Amino acid sequence: MQSLVFADVWAQVDTLLSGLVQTVWISAVAIVLGVFIGIACAVARSADSRVLRAASTFYVESMRNTPFIVQLFIVFFGLPSMGVQITAVQAGLIALTLNLGAYSTEIIRAGIEATHRSQIEAGMALGLTRRDILLHVVLLPALEKVWPALSSQFVLTMLASSILSQISVEELTSAGALIDSRTYRSMEVYILLAGFYLALTMVFRLAFDLAGRVLFPRRRAVGARR
Amino acid sequence: MIRSFGPAEFTFLLEAARWTLVLSLCAFVGGGLLGIVVALMRVSRNLVIRSIAAGWINVIQGTPVLIVLFLVFYGLPFFGLRFPPLIAAAAGMTIYASAFLAEIWRGCIEAVPRQQWEAASSLALKPAQRMIYVVLPQAFRLAVPPTVGFMVQIVKNTSVASIIGFVELTRAGTLMNNVTFQPFWVFGSVALLYFVMCWPLSVMSQRLERRLHAGRRS
Repeated sequence: MQSLVFADVWAQVDTLLSGLVQTVWISAVAIVLGVFIGIACAVARSADSRVLRAASTFYVESMRNTPFIVQLFIVFFGLPSMGVQITAVQAGLIALTLNLGAYSTEIIRAGIEATHRSQIEAGMALGLTRRDILLHVVLLPALEKVWPALSSQFVLTMLASSILSQISVEELTSAGALIDSRTYRSMEVYILLAGFYLALTMVFRLAFDLAGRVLFPRRRAVGARR
Repeated sequence: MIRSFGPAEFTFLLEAARWTLVLSLCAFVGGGLLGIVVALMRVSRNLVIRSIAAGWINVIQGTPVLIVLFLVFYGLPFFGLRFPPLIAAAAGMTIYASAFLAEIWRGCIEAVPRQQWEAASSLALKPAQRMIYVVLPQAFRLAVPPTVGFMVQIVKNTSVASIIGFVELTRAGTLMNNVTFQPFWVFGSVALLYFVMCWPLSVMSQRLERRLHAGRRS
């Protein structure tokens, strides 16, 4: 058994930090866009139009039942083969966003379905428009209810972004691989990477918890939140 | 000479899909065995044991599967052990699955009503007997739907093993893409094969879930 020597790896921590920044912003963009897709598809899935429902079901099920890495390869290798030129970062963002979009659709839909009919009827009785009912009675309380589940999914998305190293996006994992190839200290590099991701997970959880408090200040008595 | 993607190429992918199934099975069995131990440790009354299990779950769940696999892949040789990629991949996937299964099962164990635990204790069952004869059988019923659902995640995440060089379905797809240059057909077929493996599990999980909650439907 060899011994762990972190000095060489630690000397190149700058590379890791720039990878970390890349991971954070890619994840952040994918999370914001993914949630909007999730909201749109969740509403589409409970829509009256059969075409909308079918399209959204097809999207969600095809995304949820295939691995992320294959989705990434289809976007990264497949689009250019059809003449659409995209960079690795763009391909990664598209794949991450579409993937999260499908999972958040399911989560948000669960929240929407948990809305009691009487709530909607109460909204109608108060003379709210359809749009207002959808936004204030159905959607916002639904998002509030499923926020913890959404947060976990966001963290999983951040962790999945490590796969982007496979299409040469210079994020945290590929920064680690670069240092590994320079120093041959694989074990040390990956222990350090695990530590970085762990820290990032904790920061993300904290940030989403805070975001939840800011976004949903009313703190309903009923609902998932304790 | 560039090959085009035809039936022979599809058969190559199909054969590689066997290894995805083998790896998934290894991960599920290994992860299940380790997971039940971690889950039981997680509900232990001993603070130290409970904290170790919680730490294990948090560390694995907070690290990408890819990094867990890399740690095992480079870690085994680090300790002077040499294994073929299948063993390294299976070990990595076992570790990954154990954390998630443990967390799922902990929830199921804790969902067994408190009164059941108390009733078992008042019948003078020892803690081990209480767990084996009273709590676990009831927790098992709750655990089936989410466990089947998690099997989908296992099958999908075995694709990450392609990165450490284990030739399963995704790796076979990459190899095939390199000789045919028809990424849409190749990875489309790969995605289809994964879908065929995962979709039945997803549907089964949903059905089981609905059956479990049949009495509670409004």
